[in-house]
Amino acid sequence: MDPMTLVALASIVTAGLTTGFGCLGPALSEGRAVAAALGSLAQQPDAAATITRTLFVGLAMIESTAIYCFVVSMILIFANPFWNHVVAKG
Amino acid sequence: MNLSPDQKIFWQHGFVTLNATIVTTWGLMLVMTAGAVLITRKLKTDGPISRWQSVLEILVTGIREQIREVGLRDPDKYLDFLGTLFLFVATASLFTIVPGYDPPTGSLSTTVALALCVFAAVPIFGVRARGWRGYLASYLKPTFIMLPFNIISEFARTLALAVRLFGNMMSGAMIVGILLTITPFLFPIVMTALGLLVGMVQAYIFAVLATVYIAGATGDGEG
Repeated sequence: MDPMTLVALASIVTAGLTTGFGCLGPALSEGRAVAAALGSLAQQPDAAATITRTLFVGLAMIESTAIYCFVVSMILIFANPFWNHVVAKG
Repeated sequence: MNLSPDQKIFWQHGFVTLNATIVTTWGLMLVMTAGAVLITRKLKTDGPISRWQSVLEILVTGIREQIREVGLRDPDKYLDFLGTLFLFVATASLFTIVPGYDPPTGSLSTTVALALCVFAAVPIFGVRARGWRGYLASYLKPTFIMLPFNIISEFARTLALAVRLFGNMMSGAMIVGILLTITPFLFPIVMTALGLLVGMVQAYIFAVLATVYIAGATGDGEG
């Protein structure tokens, strides 16, 4: 296997794994957060504004972890520094 | 495949480059400023008001209300900064319905600039509200052991602000671009609509987080 194939293979496989595993955790935790928020909304409808705002801020925090993984996999596929290096050598 | 609108270069002279990000940012600023000037030229307090004035009033009162809800007791001090942040990010994602438009917030340079504005604004507002001593003392809470962690969190949350907005916007543009090449014409429209929703939510979150950070620095927030 020449280095070009090796870099391509590693990048693609890692990108897929990164997005896959990187979406697992945030998806589960966002589900739990929404469930908890719905529960508290049902108990205290008059605190809806505060609950909703806090929920959105929390969801943004959780979601940014998934976004980090996505950005990493995009960099691996479209802007891989090793790729240019190998292409220049080969 | 362009990862960001920075790579679309319109004009280059020496080390000065005019890329799509700068051009669209200035275009957005022009649109927003011209719109604001045009609408506020003939404001009325009585009788039937124009539609545009209603839009602006809804925006201003809504933003003011949100700032107050986060815990800043005097929202007018912060309204100009936070409102501008929100409106800029929101319009940047709203204009994605125009074909051939790349949101400037889909480039890391724009989002880092916006996050640096927040990074600079937090101590300024904090010092203005509590004085130097009071603001710097807030780094020693709950105990002095937390000082390095408080400083680290200051930088980490700025980075998170920038990367969150960039990742969301870039992924939206990216997915639509990929779908345009492999699916029929109808499906990317759905994704564009979803991207609009995501853009609005991100604009809201960016502004709310900035508000929360400022509320923390001025000492009258929830956290």
